[in-house]
Amino acid sequence: MYSSEEYKEIEKKIFAGERLSREDGIKLFACKDIAWLGNMADYVRQQKCGDIVYYNVNCHVNLTNICTSKCKFCAFGRDKDDKGAYAMDVEDALALVRDASKDPNLAGLHVVSGLHSDWSFEDYLQRLQALHDEFPNLYLKGFTGVEITHFAKISGLSVEQVLRKLQQAGLQAIAGGGAEILSDRVRNELCPNKATAAQWLEVSRTAHKLGIKTNASMLYGHIETLEERVDHLLTLRDLQDETGGIQTFICFPFLPKHTELGKTVQQTSMWDDLRTIAISRLMLDNITNIKAYWVMLTVPVAQIALGFGANDIDGTIHKETILHDAGASSPTALSEDNIIKIIREAGRIPAACDCNFNILRTFAD
Amino acid sequence: MIKELILQAREKANAGLRLNLQEALALYEDNDLLFLADCARRMKEKKSGRQVFYNVNKHINLTNICTSGCPLCAFQKKEGEPGGFVLEETDIAKILEEAKVTRNLGEIHIVSALHPDKPFEYYLNVVKQVRQALPQVDIKAFTPVEIVHFSQMTGKSIKEVLEILQKAGLSSLPGGGAEILSDRVREIICPKKATTVQWIETIKTAHKLGIRTNCTMMYGHIETIEERLQHLFTLRDIQDETGGFQAFVSFPFHPANTGLDYLKRVGSWEDMKMMALSRLILDNVDHIKAFWIMLTMPIAQLALGFGADDLDGTIGEEKIIHAAGANTGRGITRSKLRQLITEAGFEPVERDTFYHPVETGEEAVK
Repeated sequence: MYSSEEYKEIEKKIFAGERLSREDGIKLFACKDIAWLGNMADYVRQQKCGDIVYYNVNCHVNLTNICTSKCKFCAFGRDKDDKGAYAMDVEDALALVRDASKDPNLAGLHVVSGLHSDWSFEDYLQRLQALHDEFPNLYLKGFTGVEITHFAKISGLSVEQVLRKLQQAGLQAIAGGGAEILSDRVRNELCPNKATAAQWLEVSRTAHKLGIKTNASMLYGHIETLEERVDHLLTLRDLQDETGGIQTFICFPFLPKHTELGKTVQQTSMWDDLRTIAISRLMLDNITNIKAYWVMLTVPVAQIALGFGANDIDGTIHKETILHDAGASSPTALSEDNIIKIIREAGRIPAACDCNFNILRTFAD
Repeated sequence: MIKELILQAREKANAGLRLNLQEALALYEDNDLLFLADCARRMKEKKSGRQVFYNVNKHINLTNICTSGCPLCAFQKKEGEPGGFVLEETDIAKILEEAKVTRNLGEIHIVSALHPDKPFEYYLNVVKQVRQALPQVDIKAFTPVEIVHFSQMTGKSIKEVLEILQKAGLSSLPGGGAEILSDRVREIICPKKATTVQWIETIKTAHKLGIRTNCTMMYGHIETIEERLQHLFTLRDIQDETGGFQAFVSFPFHPANTGLDYLKRVGSWEDMKMMALSRLILDNVDHIKAFWIMLTMPIAQLALGFGADDLDGTIGEEKIIHAAGANTGRGITRSKLRQLITEAGFEPVERDTFYHPVETGEEAVK
């Protein structure tokens, strides 16, 4: 019913629930028919997840923007004496969350930060513990594979030991950032000073063994090739086959403004954003949830993405800073009412959830 | 909504058959955005293949001082109110000097307010002035609302007003001011301007005189879905009769700074759904325009996948919609427009007002 003959074979596979190959993935990126791609992804979403769209009422806590890793795509990281550099002490972090928790629906925190040049693992751990002690009912998701690799390095502990300590301090899920493109070629060029592809994967694998669920992500639209995007998705698919611990996959379009790469790289188009989400849904047949992260995509694109395979629209956030340093044009927070309206207009059922996709309440009508 | 009706509507949409109001409502209710996109794309391809049109145009808004006081508008000022302006002959001459050196300029688009004192001659002289300065450029000017206003001011019939303007050099009419062609809705959002009957009469008269026009819809305010869809069927009926519409343009309502600012802007989902549904309902209108100034460029580009085949133009400085808080840029270069079209997998075609391709000296980027 849909596209040209060329895509009939892939269409057949999708309707039969068969796994797509690397070649199929590359071919999907060459597809000019965005409605067909959307339809395919939406079909799979419908089969797998039904009509519920997840969101959370959350607060982002970015403990510091002081960072040693100097990734070329980042507009958030600073040196210690740079203008605008900050580092929250325990009291600062608590104050931020006290403010956010004026919202009685606040369900949890998303804690992601820079690799501070002077902080020890204990410094991070202490802040996490303090948040958990004062707000035991808020779920705690935080720290990317990059931060955890860094903690292991600066503490001399193994990744497993680091994860166990974080878990004891209250951590319930690992954030999906820092995966960027899991290719040494790309990482050597963009982010040579942080976790390698193998290290990032090792953190996820270890977390899954300990029963900690993680998210996974892809940062695209910089120097990577389309083949590298497909390979990245396949790497995550292989990991998921092995452990089953990835909860949701998030596509981050690179925002070039204010970054070093911005001089040479143009921002992705809405076409590229939507096809990438659709293809992720189609390739990642073993990951249940696909997130349309409105901060990066903007609200209009995120809403449309719900028709291109996404079933998760992230959260209210309270006050986003990392991507707004990179010139994100979206607001820094969304009200819950707004999120519910966005999901409903798309004909879906909004469901507030915690960081492990347990549903807290739904709004059927 | 009855399941059978939805099924029947889907079958007809899928086959590209003519829909009726009940079927359109069923498709709206069904809310299968990507299905609508697929059907709309196929109808678009039947009409214009892989081509997507744009033009090099310039908007001139002569005045924002307006007697009609429509609650839907953020552009209007009362006489004497700060921010009010009227362009006089010398101001226009300046704009035209700039226009003369704009490469490939194909169209001047003139839409303004209903000024309390400016006589019909003022508007007529603008047309003459533009025609004289730019003999090759198409002049697309005055919505039916303005034409009705001219007729009321002068005591001349609509036909006479149009003939005078045509003689002075007017090439076509933009189709603005249609909003939703329902008396109930107009009574609330724009009680003092052209009624449904007057808008339709003006359009039909223009078409009979060989003046082609666009047609429009402003949605997402106080209209019901049935009123919104009925509006499209009203336009389709007119087109069956006259064949004079060139393109359909839809405007999502921007509530900021208007008398209806308690409303919320509808989402992009709704925008794309209306884009696709318009393409499917208006099976007798050749072109569907994604008006980037209203939609933002990313959404307008996306609309090309939902049945649109025209991205409007370079525009120059636009005032009306920006007064309502649109945060789009005020103009765009033709090379950027071409790039956006190519990126979406279509073939950019520069056009004149009448959708004739014009030579650009540029190869489509393959």
